[in-house]
Amino acid sequence: MIIPRLAVRNMLGAGTKTWLNAIVLSFSFVAILWGQSLFKGFGEETARTMSDAEFGGGQYWVQGYDPLDPFSIQDAHAPVMGPVHALVGSGRATPILIVQGTIYPGGRILPVLLKGIDPGQKILTLPSRVLRAQDSEIPALIGARMARSAGLEKGDTVTARWRDSKGTFDARELVITDIFQTDAQSVDAGQIWIRLDDLRRMAAMPGEATIVVAEKDFGPVESLPGWSFKDLSFLNRDTRELIRMKSFGVSIFYVLLFFLAMLAIFNTQVLSVFRRRKEIGTMMALGLTRGRVIWLFTLEGAMQSVLALLVGAIYGIPFLGWFGKEGWKLPSGQADSFGLSIGNTLYPAYSMGLIVGTAALIFIVTTIISFLPTRQIVKLKPTEALRGRTT
Amino acid sequence: MDNNAIVKTRDLVKTYPMGKTEIRALDRVSLTFQKGEFAGLVGPSGSGKTTLLNIIGSLDVPTEGSAEVLGAFVEQLGHRAAAALRNKHIGFIFQTFNLLPVYTAYENVEFPLLLLGLTSAERRKAVMDALDWVGLSDRAKSKPNQLSGGQSQRVAIARAVVKRPELVLADEPTANLDAENSHHILDTMVSLNENLGTTFIFATHDEKVIAHIRRKIVLVDGRVARDEVTGSRAEGRAS
Repeated sequence: MIIPRLAVRNMLGAGTKTWLNAIVLSFSFVAILWGQSLFKGFGEETARTMSDAEFGGGQYWVQGYDPLDPFSIQDAHAPVMGPVHALVGSGRATPILIVQGTIYPGGRILPVLLKGIDPGQKILTLPSRVLRAQDSEIPALIGARMARSAGLEKGDTVTARWRDSKGTFDARELVITDIFQTDAQSVDAGQIWIRLDDLRRMAAMPGEATIVVAEKDFGPVESLPGWSFKDLSFLNRDTRELIRMKSFGVSIFYVLLFFLAMLAIFNTQVLSVFRRRKEIGTMMALGLTRGRVIWLFTLEGAMQSVLALLVGAIYGIPFLGWFGKEGWKLPSGQADSFGLSIGNTLYPAYSMGLIVGTAALIFIVTTIISFLPTRQIVKLKPTEALRGRTT
Repeated sequence: MDNNAIVKTRDLVKTYPMGKTEIRALDRVSLTFQKGEFAGLVGPSGSGKTTLLNIIGSLDVPTEGSAEVLGAFVEQLGHRAAAALRNKHIGFIFQTFNLLPVYTAYENVEFPLLLLGLTSAERRKAVMDALDWVGLSDRAKSKPNQLSGGQSQRVAIARAVVKRPELVLADEPTANLDAENSHHILDTMVSLNENLGTTFIFATHDEKVIAHIRRKIVLVDGRVARDEVTGSRAEGRAS
């Protein structure tokens, strides 16, 4: 325990230099934690939003269905019967039928996806219950983005055209019953929600569905013939990839900041070994071995990171706590430009793993950076060091 | 080595490369120092005083010959063994004091004891005793930059003797001090030599130091030119 004691003594004795290094390093620590927690919050919020609004606890896709391939949608439908029907009947899942169509708002042509949903479903947060009320017309529910892009308002009527299962084109008037707000663009933009029964009738697909959305925490997953189950990990993969790409770009900033802090530590160590040659020689003369001198200098550097964590905690905890409550309010309309399902305020998500991982990263890198310059000490002759010379 | 001998060098040679040639800093030096001696290596700059002191202190190794210090042959010691020898048995006093700058006087004196693994209470007593010997117990909390040259050298002496070493090596200990401080320092070392029986070997060309030593070994061009007893307590001899 002598070397750690000496390291603490040397570090505290160095005064301003120690504190400056610790403060610079603490900026890196807090900034990395802040950035990473923001992206973690970003990811968690998106996954939660998507789960609530679209994915549920996972989805059964009819064979051949590929949401990224518009040509697959026309044929991607199958009867909900047998085990699928039982699953839906038990309330653990809700079917959705998807049909491609076109609407003509204000004389324009807009391609849309007509989606049929059970108005009584409780699995997704979509306000599908509003579709129950209308009997004479075909009530439709659209999101705010769709309403904006189509120029539609609540109570408006719009003509929809689609092709049924036999390939025949048909058209009907839809009444916009309600416009909902959601952070999930994928259930909003370019989509019109109508009653499942209406769409089945319109598309001549009685009792059929394209996907079946399972309830949250769905399990165990049953194997249903003709349907394949897509879990949340699969459904969220695009989101994860997008976040990874975005966080990579921002990470460059943190890496740069971290690099600068490491450079400060490295320079300090190089300077220390150079400037403290006489001190090193004296320590050797007093009986400290070279190995212990190297250990002492490395530990001094490593302790900078511990001090930086403590300094960072002093202002970082209140700051990150405040930020966790207030979040980062995005300018109006900015949220959609991210391409992710996020609200207008981004909230960070802190976890013990993130905090400990970031602290460990800083500690390990600082220790390595501190060790590298001390290797010069091995070459140092005590007699030369005592005179303040290098050999 | 006879029972009373603490240092014995035999045909000690030390050369340093200088460009394409070599400088012979020590040339076949054979000396024996007995326990409790108060001896000085005297001579002009470049005569080999510091080189000899460094070899005796196991900070350097001879090119040829042998140096036996407290039963250990310096030329055969590895880094660790040499460090252990210095830590346990040898105290150093340097011309420029060489106090550790961020430590207080107390911490500087405590440093060798930390390496020896003494308990906190043992260290405290030994450090305060050592500071008391050199008359600086009231400056225990001062850092080197708050001490005068004389005070700094006295702290260095306290650090050298705090572990009660058998041997103290002092390289030009008064070179950076004024006359008054030099006398004070020398009186302190004489007192420690007499009271603790510590062997002191100086490298010096300071007349004030030479006046205090009991044995004067004159080095010229790396050779022992003269080895003379100047006081009643001196027991050394050139061999």
